[in-house]
Amino acid sequence: MLAKFLLAVVVAMLASACSSVEPWVRPYERAHLADPIMSFTRDPVASAYMTHVYQAREGARGAEGGHGGGCGCN
Amino acid sequence: MRAGPKVATEVVVAATSRMWMRAYCGICLLCGCFPVLAGVLPEDRADVMYHAYDGGGVEISGPSLLVLKKIGQDVAVTGNYYVDSVSSASIDVVTSGASKYSEDRTEVSAGIEYLHGNSIMSMSYTNSDENDYQANTAGFGISMDMFGNMTTVSLGYLRSWDTVENNTDPTFSEDVDRQNYQLGLTQVITPDMLMEVNFETITDEGYLNNPYRSVRYLDSASADGYSFEPEVYPRTRTSNALALRSRYYLPYRAAISGEYRFFDDSWGVRAHNFEFGYTHPLESGWILEANYRYYTQTSADFYSDLFPRANAQNFMSRDKELSDFSSHSVGFTLAYDLIANGWHFIDRASINLAYEHIWYDYDNFRDLRDTASVPGTEPLYSFNADVAQLYLSLWF
Repeated sequence: MLAKFLLAVVVAMLASACSSVEPWVRPYERAHLADPIMSFTRDPVASAYMTHVYQAREGARGAEGGHGGGCGCN
Repeated sequence: MRAGPKVATEVVVAATSRMWMRAYCGICLLCGCFPVLAGVLPEDRADVMYHAYDGGGVEISGPSLLVLKKIGQDVAVTGNYYVDSVSSASIDVVTSGASKYSEDRTEVSAGIEYLHGNSIMSMSYTNSDENDYQANTAGFGISMDMFGNMTTVSLGYLRSWDTVENNTDPTFSEDVDRQNYQLGLTQVITPDMLMEVNFETITDEGYLNNPYRSVRYLDSASADGYSFEPEVYPRTRTSNALALRSRYYLPYRAAISGEYRFFDDSWGVRAHNFEFGYTHPLESGWILEANYRYYTQTSADFYSDLFPRANAQNFMSRDKELSDFSSHSVGFTLAYDLIANGWHFIDRASINLAYEHIWYDYDNFRDLRDTASVPGTEPLYSFNADVAQLYLSLWF
C-alpha cells in the first residue's frame, strides 16, 4: 500500500515536471549545499561498510540511502 | 575445510549475518558505494580501506578497494573488491562446545553509469563467495534531476540469485531469489538544508534459514533440561523500509545530520532506528565527525529462545538477529587532507580514521553459558563491539 502511494507521488511529480516549477533556492544560493560536508555519502567506502556492519546484525534492511543529488550545485 | 559435527555448531555463528550479507552485496553498488548525483557524474576517486570488527567473540577484518573512473564526459565505471576474514568464537560457538573457526568471504562488484541530460542510468553486478554460500546480484538504476535541480528522484531494481550449501553435507544445495525495489527522493529545502527520503521493498523466496542453526526446546530427558533441533523458516519474506534523512549547514561551516528509518516485514519484525551526526571542519585541513545511533526491533513471530517441546510449531527460529533487541552506538571520524592542492595526477587526498562502539542488549535471547539456571531463566545476553576503519581517499 505504501509502495503504491509512493509510486503515485513519483508519477505525479514526473507528470508535473512538464510544467515550469520555479526553484525557490536559486543556483547562486547553493554554495553551502555544495560543500562536501553536506554530502549524504561523502565517504562511500565507509558508508557501505557501516551499512554492512549493521545489516549483518539486525533484522532490518533496506532504504540505506546514498542516492545523493538534489543540490543542483554543478 | 572443517570436518565433523563441530562444523554444524561452528558455522551457526557466522550464519546469523549471512542472509543480510547477500542483500548488502547487491544494494551496495547502487545505493552506497557510488552515490549518484543526477546531472553530473561523480569525481574520479579511489579508496583503499582496512576494516576491523571485534565484538561478541567475533573478529572480522579485511581490505576494501573502491575505484571510480570516468571515461569521457558521459560514462563512469566503478569497481569494488572487499574481503571479510572472520574468526569466530561467538556465543553460539561457545555454548555449543565447538572451537573457534575461521573463514573468508570475498566480494567483487563492477558497475557502469551513463549520463544523459539530467539523468544518470546505472548498471551493476556483484559476486560474493564463501565456502558454503555464493551470491550474485545484478542491478539497474536511474536518477533524474528536476524542478530546477531542486529535486532528484532515483529508482532502482536489483535481482539476486544465491546458492546455499552445507559443509557437513556435500549433497545439500538450495537456492534463494531476491528482488529489491528502491525509490529515492532528494530535495533542496533551503539554501542550508537538504532532505532525502528512501523507500525500499525487498522480497525473498527460497531457503531462507541457515542449514547449521538450531532452536532450543524443553526436554526433561536431557541433563540440561533442554535439547536442540534444526530451525525452520518460511520460504518467503517481504520487507518494507522507509527512511528520512536530513542535513543542515550551520553558520560557522559545520553540518548536523539526522536520520529516522522505519522497517517492517512479513515475519513480524518491526524496527526503528535514529541517528544524529555532527561534522566540523577545521582550518588546518582536519574534519571531525561524531555520531550517535539507536536501533530497536521486535522479534519475528516464530522466534523463541526456548520452545515448549520439540516440533512445537511449523516455523521456528532462535536467531538472535530475529529476537527483541536494541543497540546504541557512538562513533567518531577523524579526516585529514594530505594533499589539498594537487600533486602530479592526484587532485587531492585524505586519510581517515573512523571508530564506532556499539552496545547490543537482547530482551529474549538468553546466555546459555550460565548452566546453573533453570532453562528459560538464564541471564539475557548482551555484548559490546568495536568497529574501526582506516582508509585513504584519492581524487584524480
